[in-house]
Amino acid sequence: MKRFIGIALTAASITILPTAGTASPESDLKAFRAYFMKRFPNVPFDEFANGVYAIDKVSREQWKEIEEFPPYEIDIEKGKKLFNTPFKNGKTYASCFPNGGIGIRQNYPYFDTTTGKVVTLESAINACRVRNGEKPLKWKKGKIAQISAYMAYTSRGKRMNIKIPDDPRALAAYERGKFHFYAKRGQLNMACADCHMYNAGNRIRADILSPALGHVTHFPTYRSKWGSLGTLHRRYAGCNKQVRAKPYKAQSDEYRALEYFESYMSNGLPVNGPGARK
Amino acid sequence: MQRRTGIHLTAASILVLAGTLGTATVQPAAAAEAKSVIEQGKAIAFNRKKGNCLACHQIEGGSLPGNIGPPLVGMKARYPDKAKLRAQIWDPTINNPNTIMPPFGRHKILTEEEIDKVVEFIYSL
Ligand code: HEC
Ligand code: HEC
Repeated sequence: MKRFIGIALTAASITILPTAGTASPESDLKAFRAYFMKRFPNVPFDEFANGVYAIDKVSREQWKEIEEFPPYEIDIEKGKKLFNTPFKNGKTYASCFPNGGIGIRQNYPYFDTTTGKVVTLESAINACRVRNGEKPLKWKKGKIAQISAYMAYTSRGKRMNIKIPDDPRALAAYERGKFHFYAKRGQLNMACADCHMYNAGNRIRADILSPALGHVTHFPTYRSKWGSLGTLHRRYAGCNKQVRAKPYKAQSDEYRALEYFESYMSNGLPVNGPGARK
Repeated sequence: MQRRTGIHLTAASILVLAGTLGTATVQPAAAAEAKSVIEQGKAIAFNRKKGNCLACHQIEGGSLPGNIGPPLVGMKARYPDKAKLRAQIWDPTINNPNTIMPPFGRHKILTEEEIDKVVEFIYSL
C-alpha cells in the first residue's frame, strides 16, 4: 500500500511539474477563503469587499460618513463622459468591449489565449484607444482611472468571476502572481502575505491591515492620502516601496500576474468600485 | 520639552567630557555615558526611517504602537544572555524563517553600531 502511494505520487508530480508541484488554483482559493473566514468568523463573506472597514468598527463609522458624499463621485461622472465621447474615427470605447463595456468589471483580468497575456481592465482600455488611432493614457491615475471607475460603477453588485483557462501559460501567470504575493522582498524582507494575511486585522503603527480577500473589488480607489483616484497597480507600487523593494511598472507582466492571482482569490465577492480609502 | 532635552544632553556631555579629563571619578561618567547610549538607542528604535520598532511593538515611551509583535518589556528576564537579544534583532529569521520582523543587521537596515545602541535601549526595558 505504502509503495503504491509512492508510485501514485511520483506520477502526479510529473504531470504537475511545470507548476513546480503546487496545488491547483481551485484548492488554493478554497484554502485562502477558509483562512480569512476563520480569522474573522463574525464577518460575512460579502463584507470582505470593504477591506479594513469590514473588520474595524471605528474606521467603518468614519468611512460611512465619507461615503455619504463620496469623493469619487465626480470621477465617475468624468469617466462616463470620457467613455461616451467618440474617438476621432467616430467609434467609442463601447465598440471594444463585450456588452458595450457595461457591467463587465467582474470578468477582469482575464487570460487572453491568443496573445498569451493577462488583460486587465486598464490595459483593455488603452488597447482600445490604440486600436482606434488614439494615444494610450498614463496608467496609474487620471483619465484611465476615471474610465475604469465608471466601468466598475456600472458593474456594482456583480460577482468577481475570474477564470483560469486550460492553458499552461495561464497557469504560469497565476503562479507568478501567487509567488509575488507570498515571497519576501525588499530590504525589510516582507511579503504581501505577511501584512495582508498573517497580520490582517493587526495594527502596523496606527494602520489596521486589510485582509487580502477582497483587495481588488473596489478599485480604482479614491485615497485621501493621494488626494485622487488611483489604480490597483498604483497601490501595488506603494506597498512594494513600503518594504524598500523596487516597484515594478504599472501594467508590467509582474503586476498583471499579481492582479490575476489576487482577483482569482476574490472570486465570488461583489464588485463595489470605485472605493474610498484613507 | 525640546529645551529640556537640550539641557539634558548638554549636562550629559559635560559629564562625559569631565570624565575624559579625569576631573571626576570614573563611576558617574561611565553611568552618564551608558545613559546617553540608551538615549541614542531609543532615538534609533523610534525613528521611522531607522528601527521603526514601534510599527510592530509596544515600547514604553512610544506613541501609537502597532501590535504585530509582542510588547517589549522585561527584556533582561526574557534574555539573560544579551547576545541572544542582539541576534534576534540582527536576524530574526534564524529563529523564525517566516517572521515579519525585518533582519536589521543581515539586510543592513541599521549599522552594527546602531544595533549595539538599540540593544542597550531594549535591554533597559
Ligand atoms: C509593511 C506592511 C505591508 C506590506 C508588506 C504590504 N502592504 Fe499592502 N497595505 C499596507 C497598509 C498599511 C495598507 C493600508 C491599510 C489597508 O487597507 O490595509 C495597505 C493597503 C493595500 C491595498 C489596498 C486595500 C484597500 O482596501 O484599498 C492593497 C490592494 C494592498 N495593500 C496590496 C498589497 C500587496 C499586493 C502587497 C505585496 C506586493 C502588499 N500590499 C504589501 C501594508 C502593507
Ligand atoms: C514589521 C514588524 C516588526 C518590526 C518592525 C520589528 N519587530 Fe520585533 N518582532 C516582531 C514579531 C512578529 C515578533 C515575534 C517573534 C517572531 O515573529 O518570530 C518580534 C519579536 C521581537 C523580539 C523578541 C521578543 C521576545 O519576547 O522574544 C525582540 C527583542 C524584538 N522583536 C525587537 C525588535 C526591535 C528592537 C525592533 C526595531 C529595531 C523590532 N523588533 C522591529 C515584529 C517586528
